[in-house]
Amino acid sequence: MSDIVALLRVPKLSSRVWKVWMRNKDVFMKTYKTNFLPSLLEPVLYLLALGFGLGGFVQPINGEPYINFIAPALVAVSMMFSSFYECTFASFVRMYFQKTFDAIIATPVTIEEVITGEILWGATKSLINSSIVLGVIFAFGVVPSPLFLLIPPVSFLVGLLFSAIAMCFTAIVPNIDSFNYPSFLFITPMFLLSGTFFPLTSMPPFLQVAAQIFLPLTNAVAVTRSLALGNIQLSILLNLAWMLIVTPIFFVLSINLMKKRLIK
Amino acid sequence: MLTRNYYIFIKQSTNRKQKKLHTGTILMKQENLVEAENLTKKFGDLVAVDGVNFEIFKGESFGFLGPNGAGKTTIMKMIQSVSPLTGGKLTLAGMDVTEHGREIKSIVGVAPQEDNLDPDFTVFQNLIVYARYFDIPKEKAKRKAEELLKFVQLEEKRDVIITSLSGGMRRRLILARALVNEPQILILDEPTTGLDPQARHLIWNKIQNMQKQGVTVILTTHYMDEAAQLCDRIIIMDNGKIIEKGKPSELVKKHVGEEVLEVLYSEEARECLKQTFPDARIDVVGDKIQVFAHKPRGVLAKVLEEASFKGALIRDSNLEDVFLKLAGRSLRD
Repeated sequence: MSDIVALLRVPKLSSRVWKVWMRNKDVFMKTYKTNFLPSLLEPVLYLLALGFGLGGFVQPINGEPYINFIAPALVAVSMMFSSFYECTFASFVRMYFQKTFDAIIATPVTIEEVITGEILWGATKSLINSSIVLGVIFAFGVVPSPLFLLIPPVSFLVGLLFSAIAMCFTAIVPNIDSFNYPSFLFITPMFLLSGTFFPLTSMPPFLQVAAQIFLPLTNAVAVTRSLALGNIQLSILLNLAWMLIVTPIFFVLSINLMKKRLIK
Repeated sequence: MLTRNYYIFIKQSTNRKQKKLHTGTILMKQENLVEAENLTKKFGDLVAVDGVNFEIFKGESFGFLGPNGAGKTTIMKMIQSVSPLTGGKLTLAGMDVTEHGREIKSIVGVAPQEDNLDPDFTVFQNLIVYARYFDIPKEKAKRKAEELLKFVQLEEKRDVIITSLSGGMRRRLILARALVNEPQILILDEPTTGLDPQARHLIWNKIQNMQKQGVTVILTTHYMDEAAQLCDRIIIMDNGKIIEKGKPSELVKKHVGEEVLEVLYSEEARECLKQTFPDARIDVVGDKIQVFAHKPRGVLAKVLEEASFKGALIRDSNLEDVFLKLAGRSLRD
């Protein structure tokens, strides 16, 4: 019991979290050209193959052409991928191979602040990458509603959520290859089953409920899609509430798990 | 460039004189900067540090010696407030390490055993980014970084990415990085392990330089010559306990005498030496016999005049002799 309480202890933080964020930003800016290219090309390929290609055989969904249906989902997927991989593989390399965290906690920056800075950076990557994807689908002319301007702030929240979840994995995996498990058992199913490429309603009812409760991406896709298509329903408040409640839980958990791993 | 270096050298040496007077008065008072009381650290069942007591004076250079696994690094990590205590009390400049981690880290500079320079950055950027963690304003950090690169003789590598530096250069950069916050206490965990003699001497020189500027130096090493060179006082540890402490020269005198006689091994030589020095400790190490006779200087030489031994040699005894006597010769992992 006391172990669980320890894992949910709320950390004390200071503005020093941004020093860690700035360290990652500085590294990112050194190689930004190569960083931008994949996030620019990937959505183009998806839109061509699935939107125009496959979309020709698919009937409109809720009155929307298939390409309009999947385009916002691609934005949400990029939020998930960029933040999750930033706080798994990239954070693990910094922590385990480069010993960057060890170096930083010898200064007045605490381990809690290091992990928070990493998660904030993961969320920033989500914001950056999803904004690029958003730009691409905007250029394809498949974003009918001006509400799409609200997507970047949402992408930061989604990024925080996936970064925090990722950081929990980073805190417990024995080695970098172990990330294959959450990748294949968590991220890939979510990529396919969160209402991304087909509506949730095509699944059996219990799976629909399960997807909404257990797959974080479902919430991200629902909010992003309704903002992009200008189809606002009350249910997106539920989606936002889900993310606002779950994010802090994983955030606190990830910090305490990391402390357990690194402070000996 | 040469003239500029000269200028800095002169500047530093005048500084040094002033500081020396300063530290001189402090040393007379022997103000304790670090105090450890019954300091204990356990990792599960393993007792890494077993209730040790010590104090480190302000301005001195203090060494922790011991074989691998003796608990040296663990103590360093507790002093810098990174590793929590299992028991006992540890204070730095009057602050408890458990409660004042942030304050302590801001006055301590750490050169860890492990190379944790940031490989994503150049030499210069490593210092700048590190300075930012200490809230040092950017302009000041830049000035400090340039000054430190000069100090550790890495100006030419300023814009080189870390991965292309040699081992010695990396250690020098780690030392420079430990100095960005102008620390009162410099913690060096095995500062010269794996370096060539030139690089070692350069690092020693820089450490002595810092100490002369009034910085308290705490280091761990298993090079005995390094401890003898650098440390005012040392602690010898084994299995988490302190087995001896004091000034290097006094420990040598106390445990192994001033001189050692070494002779090529043969059974007759050993018998003969045993009779000549009935009270002495006589060790056989490899193909050599070592005689620790605790005699005043010159006595051993006289013996050699009377009897002839193969490969006989009289040398000053050193800290390594003390260490091997106290910690034994068995291998540690």
